[in-house]
Amino acid sequence: MSTLLHTRAQKIIGLITGLLLFAAGIVCSIAFGVTNISWRTILASFTAFDGSQEQLIIQTARVPRAFIAAAVGASLAVAGSLMQGITRNQLASPSIFGVNSGAAFFIVIGSAFFGASGMTTFATLAFVGAAFTVTLVYSLGSIGNDGLTPLKVTLAGAAMTAFFSSLTLGVLLTSGQTFDQVLYWFVGSVSGRDMNIFTAAAPYMGIALIAAIVLARHMNVLALGEDVAVGLGQKTVYIKLAAGIIIVLLAGGSVSMAGPIAFVGIIIPHLMRYLVGIDYRWVIPYCAVFGGILLLAADIGSRYISFPKEVPVGIMTAIIGVPFFVFIARRGGQS
Amino acid sequence: MNKWITLRGRKHSFQLDRRTLMVIVMLLIANLAAVVICVGLGSKTINPIDVLLTFVGQGDSSDAMIIFSLRLPRVLIAVMVGSALAVSGALLQGIVRNPLTSPDIIGITGGASLGTVIFILYFSHISIRFMPISAVIGAFAASFLIYLFAYRKGITPLRLVLIGIGMATALTAVTYMLILTSSFTPTAVAVKAFTFMTGSIYGVSWDRDFWTLLPWLVVLFPIALIYARHLNVQELGDEVAASVGSSVQMKRTILLIISVALAGVAVAIGGAINFIGLMAPHIARKLVGPSYGGVIPVSALIGSLVLLLSDLIARTAFLPLDIPAGVFTAAIGAPFFIYLLYRHRNRS
Repeated sequence: MSTLLHTRAQKIIGLITGLLLFAAGIVCSIAFGVTNISWRTILASFTAFDGSQEQLIIQTARVPRAFIAAAVGASLAVAGSLMQGITRNQLASPSIFGVNSGAAFFIVIGSAFFGASGMTTFATLAFVGAAFTVTLVYSLGSIGNDGLTPLKVTLAGAAMTAFFSSLTLGVLLTSGQTFDQVLYWFVGSVSGRDMNIFTAAAPYMGIALIAAIVLARHMNVLALGEDVAVGLGQKTVYIKLAAGIIIVLLAGGSVSMAGPIAFVGIIIPHLMRYLVGIDYRWVIPYCAVFGGILLLAADIGSRYISFPKEVPVGIMTAIIGVPFFVFIARRGGQS
Repeated sequence: MNKWITLRGRKHSFQLDRRTLMVIVMLLIANLAAVVICVGLGSKTINPIDVLLTFVGQGDSSDAMIIFSLRLPRVLIAVMVGSALAVSGALLQGIVRNPLTSPDIIGITGGASLGTVIFILYFSHISIRFMPISAVIGAFAASFLIYLFAYRKGITPLRLVLIGIGMATALTAVTYMLILTSSFTPTAVAVKAFTFMTGSIYGVSWDRDFWTLLPWLVVLFPIALIYARHLNVQELGDEVAASVGSSVQMKRTILLIISVALAGVAVAIGGAINFIGLMAPHIARKLVGPSYGGVIPVSALIGSLVLLLSDLIARTAFLPLDIPAGVFTAAIGAPFFIYLLYRHRNRS
């Protein structure tokens, strides 16, 4: 496989460039928006907060939004690369497997029928929903003689997505939620969240990201094939289980912050493999950094595509993501 | 007793399977009963006998008002939309030769939704009669794109389905974007659009919906029935079909056009109702065997029955709220899909 970055030095430089872009993305996300705010005011809101309208926008709207976009993008991309690794299916990602809509469904059910409230509860519900859907779609996709085929698993994911979205809408309509909330649980959005939403799930996602980096070495062994991995003494079941838990934490946490956001988990892992090759020790950090950049950029773009109205970022990623999906599906969909 | 009833004309002969005929008659009775019950139930309950009396002009005048102007159009639309989606799905499963596909899963319905929403947002000042045309154009454009993207030295069902699923997501996203960014969408309109995209036959009328949909079905259903027998030949595989003298590509194209058009008009009126196109043909095959001559009419009757009942639950179970019927077709459709996946687990 031809990659763009060959040597270790190039890869490190690439990662540092990525981190700089990531930081720039956060700064731009805080600086640009419908309300025009000067750089001096932005800086002052951190150093000398005076409670003015503009500084309030920065502190209560723009900062959480930037952090959430960065965390969600990083998490979904890493979750996607792990899913593609353990299923050996290049189309695997949290959105295609229905994991995002499953997690969203659990949150909506919990709040409508069981009076769940508070971000920690939502995060827990999202984790449970994500775990349930991953297990369901994975088992559905693997039944039969030929095991896990891209067709079966993708169909199962698509059917579950349709199922969960329909039921989510039904529940939302019966429970009299406002349109903003309906929209948010449907297409995924990072706007209008406060910092509590970020702090409730971020620790789990942080731990999961670190765990993913630790797991990278083992993912490389697993990538040689189940038989080889077992032959080399790897307990593949534990690795897959660990990866499964990490995926659930990353995808579930993302949904509790932003609702279901599509295709980040497909686009980024493919681009990153093209950039740095198949070594997970590089792929995972690259996915985290560039996944964050993609969602930050998409979110900034979503503020301008139909200015002054905002388009939810989940719509942006779905539109950007489809050419990739088509490209991968045309290649056969299987590694 | 003979298994077949043979009808002979001068140029064509036609065989009717007794079992199929019996199933059709029983489903017709079930549909009629469902129509009578559905018309009677709602915020004011009218018992079936009074409903029948009203039909023959002997009922109470307030009942007649409720039945004829409010409930009957909705019930008949459910019949038409359900059967159109079911026939579309039956044809598509035959064409793609994959039993797990349906117009909603592979994005044809998504194209129709996009067409309808574009019409509502930008062209609704011209007559509502053109809405199905817009939906059908959307459905065709989506099918064409899916076909184009999936074409790589021919079409394989695998690529077609995978690309269709990706396209479905994209089309949904574009539709939401149009709804959200259009200059004149207050919240209420947007909620209506969301409801539409889950599939609902809420608030339909005789003039706007019934008479718009009817001509399409009157034309498309007979063609579907006539061409259905070519699907039987195609089931044998392209080579066999060609060698017994069937012009495979030509007929496949015609069948695809009918399937897409049916999905398109159904969506224009009923919204993107999920899973009926997937379920109905399977139940039909279970009842009357794999011959498409029987599968098509039986699918239509089952699709109609499923949507009638889904819509009945949707509008009565949570009174005074009216839930999109698509929620209930999804609620029964997804477990059914799991069952199908299990049944076909060893077919690639």
